[in-house]
Amino acid sequence: MSAPAFALELDNVRKSFGKTEIIRGASLGVKPGERVAIIGPNGAGKSTLFNLISGRFGTSSGQIRLNGRAIGGLKPYEINRLGLARSFQVSNLFVRLSVFENVRCAVLWSLGYRYAFWRFLADLRDANERTDEVLRMIKLDRKRDVLAMNLTYAEQRALEIGITIAGGASVILLDEPTAGMSKSETTRFVQLIREVTVGKTLLTVEHDMGVVFGLADKIAVLVYGEVIAFDVPDAVRANPKVQEAYLGSVLAAQAQAGAGG
Amino acid sequence: MSAVLKTAAAAPAGARQRVHFRPWNVGRWVVWGGFALLLGVAPLVFTSGLAMTMLSQMGYMIIICLSYNLLLGQGGMLSFGHAVYVGLGAFSAIHAMNLIGAGRLALPMSMVPLAGGLAGAGVAALLGWVTTKKSANTFAMITLGVGELVAAMALMFPEFFGGEGGISANRTAGKPVWGISFGPQVQVYYLIALYCFVCTAALYALTRTPLGRMLNAVRDNPERVEFVGYNTQVVRYLAFIIAGFFAGIGGGLTALNFEIVTADSVGGFRSGSYLLFTFLGGAFFFFGPIIGAVLLVLAFVLFSEITKAWQIYLGLVFMFMVMFAPGGFSSLIMMNLRVAAFGKLRRLASSYLALGGTGAVALAGAAAIVEMIYHVQLNSALGPTLRFMGATLDVQRLDSWFGAVFVMAVGIAMFEVARREFKRQWDETQQEIEKEIKRREIL
Repeated sequence: MSAPAFALELDNVRKSFGKTEIIRGASLGVKPGERVAIIGPNGAGKSTLFNLISGRFGTSSGQIRLNGRAIGGLKPYEINRLGLARSFQVSNLFVRLSVFENVRCAVLWSLGYRYAFWRFLADLRDANERTDEVLRMIKLDRKRDVLAMNLTYAEQRALEIGITIAGGASVILLDEPTAGMSKSETTRFVQLIREVTVGKTLLTVEHDMGVVFGLADKIAVLVYGEVIAFDVPDAVRANPKVQEAYLGSVLAAQAQAGAGG
Repeated sequence: MSAVLKTAAAAPAGARQRVHFRPWNVGRWVVWGGFALLLGVAPLVFTSGLAMTMLSQMGYMIIICLSYNLLLGQGGMLSFGHAVYVGLGAFSAIHAMNLIGAGRLALPMSMVPLAGGLAGAGVAALLGWVTTKKSANTFAMITLGVGELVAAMALMFPEFFGGEGGISANRTAGKPVWGISFGPQVQVYYLIALYCFVCTAALYALTRTPLGRMLNAVRDNPERVEFVGYNTQVVRYLAFIIAGFFAGIGGGLTALNFEIVTADSVGGFRSGSYLLFTFLGGAFFFFGPIIGAVLLVLAFVLFSEITKAWQIYLGLVFMFMVMFAPGGFSSLIMMNLRVAAFGKLRRLASSYLALGGTGAVALAGAAAIVEMIYHVQLNSALGPTLRFMGATLDVQRLDSWFGAVFVMAVGIAMFEVARREFKRQWDETQQEIEKEIKRREIL
């Protein structure tokens, strides 16, 4: 059996809320290991698209395939078990658990501990080691016993990423990972994301063009629920359709600034 | 070292892996050893019949409140129908006792609570899948509905529930094992104590397993749990069954203790008591419900003897707790232990004294009013006067009422002054502690 050509494939996906169609036939094929940034004006449906892929909402029509397998209609936890993990735009943590426990919760299923109530967490060597490893990767190992609600904003964003990658999913979706961060924090954070997603298929929703060019091999432009362009950054920038639909001048200017800096 | 009994939520569990000998492991032995010792020695210290009755009740109330807190504190599920599982466990146990008595069931009497536990788990398994579909409001409403349903059924099926009179049994039936007949109350107490210790240990152990931790995660953020591979409903459902099991054991012990079970043991009033006292004890910490269970028995047995208006006082305490210390007594204890650990408790001592003194004055005034109202409503046939804290009050004379109102008003005013001063000192202390923690972090 040959490996599927795409890690994640969207085939004419549509989603309506009531009479309003938000996603209007989006198609996209992401190869294994590719890093894709999804950009588009506000209200284009970027977050909705993530919610469809991760199973938070069901699609109205069309098909989504993860590593060649159709995942339409599956529950979020079923999709997660097939190797897809996502982060959230607003930090979505286990606020009354410590940093360590937050990450360990995200590790347990992937190591096969399921709903075990006959084993002690302290004895699960692989889970605890993996958790410590993730904490070092997201640089929160010194905060391991701090409750998630007592972290600073930037630390919470890092933990959000940590929970997302901890289970070892091969496809990672990050929804505006740097939202609300300062310039210097963002730079450091992009570097962190690069480090922790080595070898993974990565999709991000981003507004900050510096981040887009720092992270992505390819850019998908989503406008009114359709993917109007999907290519390497230079080609997307040169694409007249993109320039027309999506503030081309701003894009170019920011790209230059990004390349210069 | 009571930090050992904290819900594992905040405890550094994983740290134990790398370092095998850590001081708080010793602390764990001390705490559990102390608990066992307390259970063992209590009936030797408190020897009266009343004390024995109360200790027995505390034993199984601890199991019941802990099982309730598996839902409330550990899983964030507010159940209004926990008595269903306690009560059905009790009924199953009493029927098992009668079967043993009739010679149709070859089970030692000491195993009867387990029959109650299995019944509780079975009923929870049956009703739980629908109940645990959603958390929060939906869960609470369904448990309320199920509770009413079972309470209504209890009166519809007198064969099983015994109607008005309930079902009685004889715990001395069957062959005594090792000479233990369960005739004397002390033998029943030690059986209850044994169950209490084992169940407490089992429920504590549960908080340190994958299921126990995911239950905390479901409490904090069910949505995110679905995105790390777990089905939240399965987590809740399993916890619900386990809670039902331990509730049923608690119910089975009530059957063994009283040798009678009545329909009100599945009713809403009981469910409400379990909720109220678990909350009073504190849902945030593992040991909170143990305090709650002790308070429950004290209130129902002792306090209700002192005054007819005890439920009013209970309601007031509950209300104040919800408003000012939603973590219950256990949380108050832990917060003060933290202050003590940083050596700052002494500074708060005078403030506490002021709070206690002014609070007592306000309470005395309020209690005098409550007692007079109760006297007018219920005991007017006994004449217009009543004794209250050494004073004679006359409900027909205005000065008694004015006096009571005056004492209460002065008490409340002084209490408010003391409270503000205390709050200022408390906040100051907390800030200093935060600073100290930050400083240690950097080192």
